[in-house]
Amino acid sequence: MAQSTSELPLQLIDSVVIRFAGDSGDGMQITGSQFTHTAALFGNDLATFPDFPAEIRAPAGTQPGVSGFQIRFAASDIHTPGDAPDVLVAMNPAALAVNIKDLKPGGTVVVNTGQFGDADLAKAKLTSNPLKDHSLDAYRVIEVDINKRVIEALQGSTLSPKEVQRCKNFYTLGLMYWLYNRDLEPTLKWLSEKFAKEPAMVEANQKALRAGYNAGDIHELFQGRYEVPRCEVLPAGTYRNIMGNQAVSLGLIAGAELAGLKIFIGSYPITPASPILETLASYKHFGVLSMQAEDEIAAVCAAIGASYAGHLGVTSTSGPGLALKQEGIGLAIAIELPLVIVDVQRGGPSTGLPTKTEQADLLQAVFGRNSEAWLPVVACATPSDAFECAVEACRIAVQYMTPVILLSDGYIANGSEPWRLPKIEDLKPFPASFRTELENFLPYDRNADLARPWVKPGTPGLEHRVGGLEKAHLTGHISYDAENHEFMVNMRAAKVMKVRDSIPTPQVHGPQKGKVLILGWGSTYGSIWGAQEKLAEEGLEVARMHLRHVWPLPHGLAEIFARYETVLVPEMNLGQLVRLLRSELPGVNFQSYPKVQGQPFRVHELTAKVKQLLGR
Amino acid sequence: MPDDIVPTTTAPKPAPLDKKAYKSDQEVRWCPGCGDYSILNAVQQLLATLGVPRHQLCFVSGIGCSSRFPYYMNTYGLHSIHGRAPAFATSIKTANPDLQVWLATGDGDGLSIGGNHMLHMLRRNVDVKVLLFNNQIYGLTKGQYSPTSPPGLKTKTSPMGSVDRAVDPIRFALGCGATFIARTIDTHQKHMLAVLEAAAKHKGTAFVEIFQNCVIFNDGCFDDVIERSVRDDKTVDLVPGKPLVFGKQLDKGVKIDAAEARVVTAAEATPWDPSTRSAAGAFVLSEMAEQPGNPTPIGIFRSISAPTFDEGMNKQVQTAIAKRGAGKLKDLLWTGDMWDVK
Ligand SMILES: Cc1ncc(C[n+]2csc(CCOP(=O)(O)OP(=O)(O)O)c2C)c(N)n1
Ligand code: SF4
Ligand SMILES: [Mg+2]
Repeated sequence: MAQSTSELPLQLIDSVVIRFAGDSGDGMQITGSQFTHTAALFGNDLATFPDFPAEIRAPAGTQPGVSGFQIRFAASDIHTPGDAPDVLVAMNPAALAVNIKDLKPGGTVVVNTGQFGDADLAKAKLTSNPLKDHSLDAYRVIEVDINKRVIEALQGSTLSPKEVQRCKNFYTLGLMYWLYNRDLEPTLKWLSEKFAKEPAMVEANQKALRAGYNAGDIHELFQGRYEVPRCEVLPAGTYRNIMGNQAVSLGLIAGAELAGLKIFIGSYPITPASPILETLASYKHFGVLSMQAEDEIAAVCAAIGASYAGHLGVTSTSGPGLALKQEGIGLAIAIELPLVIVDVQRGGPSTGLPTKTEQADLLQAVFGRNSEAWLPVVACATPSDAFECAVEACRIAVQYMTPVILLSDGYIANGSEPWRLPKIEDLKPFPASFRTELENFLPYDRNADLARPWVKPGTPGLEHRVGGLEKAHLTGHISYDAENHEFMVNMRAAKVMKVRDSIPTPQVHGPQKGKVLILGWGSTYGSIWGAQEKLAEEGLEVARMHLRHVWPLPHGLAEIFARYETVLVPEMNLGQLVRLLRSELPGVNFQSYPKVQGQPFRVHELTAKVKQLLGR
Repeated sequence: MPDDIVPTTTAPKPAPLDKKAYKSDQEVRWCPGCGDYSILNAVQQLLATLGVPRHQLCFVSGIGCSSRFPYYMNTYGLHSIHGRAPAFATSIKTANPDLQVWLATGDGDGLSIGGNHMLHMLRRNVDVKVLLFNNQIYGLTKGQYSPTSPPGLKTKTSPMGSVDRAVDPIRFALGCGATFIARTIDTHQKHMLAVLEAAAKHKGTAFVEIFQNCVIFNDGCFDDVIERSVRDDKTVDLVPGKPLVFGKQLDKGVKIDAAEARVVTAAEATPWDPSTRSAAGAFVLSEMAEQPGNPTPIGIFRSISAPTFDEGMNKQVQTAIAKRGAGKLKDLLWTGDMWDVK
């Protein structure tokens, strides 16, 4: 596998966290995803955390323009991309300045000295050179003039000097591959496919990658090399690496297939949700009709229209788009049609932090419409969990004839992890049925789930009208009757609450009673699990539990919560789930732990909070 | 049906149905004398004549007096939300292409809150027939000025007269690149039937502006033009293939001359062709009524053929399936770089 004949011994380690940081134009996202790809194929467990600015190319060399990609790869089962990097790769002074505070004490920082001139320091607003002012004394600093090294490596290339410099990220990647004894083959192959039409680019980048790798040996930059063995402790099965947005997309297609329906997705581009529309648009051979609508309102309305016409209507967006869709969603609630709305949450309010993560749309999802407009809300916990959650959202939508909001967030959307592929025969179908019998047809009749019949327009003899005006029970005729209105309001709410009968009570992991239960929802999953493990290592046993169904809340929570002195609820908002819980389950000692920095929880933040609760 | 069995009879031509078959069991609740009644009547009449089966019809609307339309049709119908009917109609036609989709909207619904969606449906050329009830007022909300109200109109929200300039629905549709654009009058059944028939037969978005009288909040706003005693002299009917003649005696004509439309004698009238590559002629006609003394054009301003959105979308699906085979769940999930953990 390793291509070099290095004399240096390989040291085995369990887990490593690397952060690649550079200018938005330095290709750090590609570097990180290639490292990820290689680690996945090698069989490591892994978790990634891309963190980039909202601007496509923020002013070069400035601190706001720094783009980072953190990957943790491991021989054991891990749950987060790691609190602090072991290795920081800084392509310029700005990247160093922004990220150095996160590096582990004694950690390694690889610095591209080719980008450390006075002008570069000035762009980063640094008054002294960190390479010279001893501010890095606590770390192991590896200085490499990557700018120069790629020029040397690519001598004789037909590429322009500017294009040569663009190969820097692959040189850097090569260096890291050497350090962790990684196979170059997957990236070499990826390059030849990616730039198939530009052979000169393939050659140059491959050369840069190899040069970086060989530099590890030749220049004796590092004292040792490391090996992170395959992870053999994950549950047996076949895996592939998956990002959250991709998993949502596949889950929607799978959900529609399991329902026996075709998808119609109406969406409007918005960070960080756009890849869902892009991905679904590439699956037209699954019968997917994908429409880039003129705005989010048209997007949701088109999705509802498609459900009305007999497809599974889907729309994907982020918080600002969800706000625009809410009136339309209210109509879908009134006319009781299936619809899946994906909200990939980002920092807000307003445009907020488009590329950063947050969980502050929960109340918007549960309550954000005019009047009593209830709907079920499902939340993804991790990139791979997003697949199951998307299937689950489709199931609920079809079974209960209701819109369902599926919450994801920027951290899940762009992060990735190994996904154990489900066996197709294990995916349970939930076929939609379309009413065709004429006898006793009533558009607002209900089955045991309180769902009304779904009729495809075009069915002879069942012509009827639906709309947003209040409907009479059973006939669906317009009705302004006072009692009927109250009856229908209650009926729609009861139907949503009925979803509880089809969802399991979430499992408690850890002690079944005791001082602290950490309760999470959404993307706090990995951090909470990591914190629980860390505390256990220190001899502190706490329980954890995660909610996939955030509305309606599953049965059985009160009994479980009663067994703990405190239920700690960490959320990337000001305590939105806690508000729901306090009103639904009074009497439980819920402790809110809010964090709204556009960044996921670090494990050490959670352990510190728990210790504080435990009086340690 | 097995290939070797040849059907002995061809499918019967749809027989004209009874107009009553298209009436729903719901009581019509427009104000007595409202122009909406005659539009409903004309549509039911037309569909009966064309013999379109009721289950293949879908009426979509937004919100407004006019948007109550679907409730009165014994067909499939969706009364949606204010302004957004074009988005619903677009996906209904695309997801269920066998339906004949009609859209009922008002001047506020279609051109104010829903102007954006109307623009995009028109440019996409979705196969939908649009009935734009223009009463130059917000009826349902009791009489505020609308984007088609003439400047200066005094309403509850414009007690000193509206300062807004008005939008002309025809020019709006021309600007959007609509493939069929027409105008008709609620009180002129014969004309309305002819125009609606042409709209029904058009493939693509057929945009029909209907001068509609709101007896309560804007009574008589079109009387100058449509009142029976003056109508023949104050309107010129744009009939494809016919010269632009008008007047009780059909002695007057309209000549399109460079960027101007002038009243001339019938003999000099321009023969009307709404299918020319350039929409300039239609545009010139759409402006002519602003000159005092000129007639108001009604009839078919534009009729061209262009690919429709709904067919394009479905063709892409068929092409993708032909190229890559119909997608299978297993291939969806079990693909790309995979590895095993034992
Ligand atoms: C989101 C929203 N805003 C406002 C309204 C109130 N509203 C209902 S109909 C209407 C205007 C209708 O005017 P028009 O489309 O011209 O229809 P008409 O009643 O004249 O036929 C308004 C403002 C609404 N229903 N929904
Ligand atoms: S208010 Fe005007 S538009 Fe509405 S029903 Fe009455 S007359 Fe017709
Ligand atoms: Mg109106």
